[in-house]
Amino acid sequence: MVAVQAQDDLRRVLDDEGKPLPGVQVPAIPEDTLLKIFDTMALVRIMDDRMMRLQRQGRLGFYMKSIGEEASHFAVAALRASDWVYPSYREQGAWFWRGYTIEQFVNQLFGNEKDPVKGRQMPVHHSANWLNLVSISSPVGTQIPQAVGTAYAAKIAGKDDVAMVYFGEGTSSTGEFHVGMNFAGVWKAPCIFLCRNNGWAISVPTEKQTAAKTFASKAIGYGMPGIRVDGNDLLAVWQVTSEAIARARAGQGPTMIEALTYRIQGHSSSDDPSVYRDPKEPEIWEKRDPLNRLRNYLRHCGLYNEAAEKAHSEQVNQAITDALAAVDHIPAPVVESMFDDVYEELPWNLREQRQYLMAQPRTKSPHQH
Amino acid sequence: MPTMNIIEAVRDALRTQMRADSRVVVLGEDVGKFGGVFRATSGLVEEFGAERVIDTPLAEAGIIGTAIGMALYGLRPVPEIQFGDFIFPAVDQIVNELAKFRYRSGGQYPCPVVIRTPVGGGIRGGHYHSQSPEVLFIHTPGIKVVAPSNPYDAKGLLLACMRQNDPVLFMEPKRIYRASKGEVPEGEYTVEIGKAAVVREGTQCTVLAWSGMTSIAEEAGKKAEAAGISVEVIDLRTLMPFDIDTILDSVKKTGRCVVVHEAPKTAGFGGELVASIQERALEYLEAPILRVAGFDTPFPYTLEHEYLPNADRVLGAIRQTLEW
Repeated sequence: MVAVQAQDDLRRVLDDEGKPLPGVQVPAIPEDTLLKIFDTMALVRIMDDRMMRLQRQGRLGFYMKSIGEEASHFAVAALRASDWVYPSYREQGAWFWRGYTIEQFVNQLFGNEKDPVKGRQMPVHHSANWLNLVSISSPVGTQIPQAVGTAYAAKIAGKDDVAMVYFGEGTSSTGEFHVGMNFAGVWKAPCIFLCRNNGWAISVPTEKQTAAKTFASKAIGYGMPGIRVDGNDLLAVWQVTSEAIARARAGQGPTMIEALTYRIQGHSSSDDPSVYRDPKEPEIWEKRDPLNRLRNYLRHCGLYNEAAEKAHSEQVNQAITDALAAVDHIPAPVVESMFDDVYEELPWNLREQRQYLMAQPRTKSPHQH
Repeated sequence: MPTMNIIEAVRDALRTQMRADSRVVVLGEDVGKFGGVFRATSGLVEEFGAERVIDTPLAEAGIIGTAIGMALYGLRPVPEIQFGDFIFPAVDQIVNELAKFRYRSGGQYPCPVVIRTPVGGGIRGGHYHSQSPEVLFIHTPGIKVVAPSNPYDAKGLLLACMRQNDPVLFMEPKRIYRASKGEVPEGEYTVEIGKAAVVREGTQCTVLAWSGMTSIAEEAGKKAEAAGISVEVIDLRTLMPFDIDTILDSVKKTGRCVVVHEAPKTAGFGGELVASIQERALEYLEAPILRVAGFDTPFPYTLEHEYLPNADRVLGAIRQTLEW
């Protein structure tokens, strides 16, 4: 069970109700940015809800929600567009923040002809090179050394771009986490390691992942700072990320951030948390919901407008409805496209195999979606 | 035209391309001041600096993983894996990541990384310094596999690899790194990826080989000639995509074929070649296609000379196809 109490080494700006804690420095986030983050966070909440319901209706093969963890997605809001992001698979907000559209998101889930990755991967494995968002991979941790390579490449190229890489706390058990952290430390690579500690790696709790007191403490061994932050506190996430970015741009090297949060629901649409955890555990965290806290903070600052939230919510719902309606008329990728992009050009064996397949009768998919 | 060995030819290719393209970086264990344990990168750090010739921490998954990230950002990394046997910690990065990036991103993220690694036995290196892991990567869609056998091809193919946009596993025959010498043009030239070379012309039996086995096949060809048998030897040079046309042209002419490789026989690349030939040219075959290969054992240390295919065994297989 994850400790929920504020701890000495845990950076917080907001209390659980969304009010600034006494004596803390509140980061100066531009108002329009703050409102855009709120809207985008709300979009993620709505999208997750709609897509999971779609999955339960049998219209969508697979989905992964991020409810309760959304504030950590917006660490990317402190980056520039030229910075690179290596997401894990539970940072929908990072995609929408950078400009990935509802249509692109939905088309990816359906793997159709308009899917930006051409139906090549399972749902939630997005890729958007025009947004410097790198293709998602299912094996966890592989993206960590890759992000370090990108960060170091920027340094070699004489640019001050940084790379940010997301992963869950379970991923800190992989070899690639240690390898990547070590390379980054040695190279002083401008890389930000954002560990979303949501308490659970599918059914395995944090105490079965590490004997260390915190995940952030692992940074020490690689010669970089490890910072713990309340991952449900958007302002604190923004603050520690901004500090890490400034360090990276100044040539002071990488930072690891452990964002303490909680996976309110299952790992994915295929998961059933009731089998392995106390149903009361999520209830504690629901009280610290990042969207509510941000809403309360906006209210506290006089920036909140209930009618505007309602209007935005309706607009998002309509856009999702429209995208889903369009999906019914978007065909699957053409059969011969299976052979594209394996290499830049088709070698003879793929040409031969494509020709063979095209001469066969078409096979109907046994899946409904 | 200068004479070079394979190590010098590889180094010359790296230097040539690094001069031509500032995006090319070399990274790996000991590649800097030491110039690599086989000296392939010797002198490069002095010319190009430590930011382009990078001594990495000791972790193959990190070498390949960071090379991928560099390539995505726009560099042209040429990582070195010190021995082919040490590539296994990086297999996930190569098989699931490097080879799949272009495909899984719908073509958004090409990943031009050229992995150089020495392969093969005969150097008293035992199991962990002798393996030939090509088939694992030939069986991995998305990566090309190139395996030169001589200095000219090593330079020309490595330059070709660094100038195209797909990931490549570039396997270097370490046993003959210095023993194989030949004329190598200065400056820029390329050898086409995917094209085999007929290194010995003949009429009665085709021998297919690559990497360190090419010279063994040529030796067998000479011995056969002395015995009155005309053998054609083909050096595949590229294993994926392999040059099916050159292979078929030869086999259709000779009617017989022997495949030679160092890697274990069962499910080795020889099996694929045999299958591909018989699917397309069964009616031309006068005899079953035979394989002379490493055994299905781990690579032995003391008995490596017994493990490795040699010219007499290849000649024996040639005779068998003629006598069938």
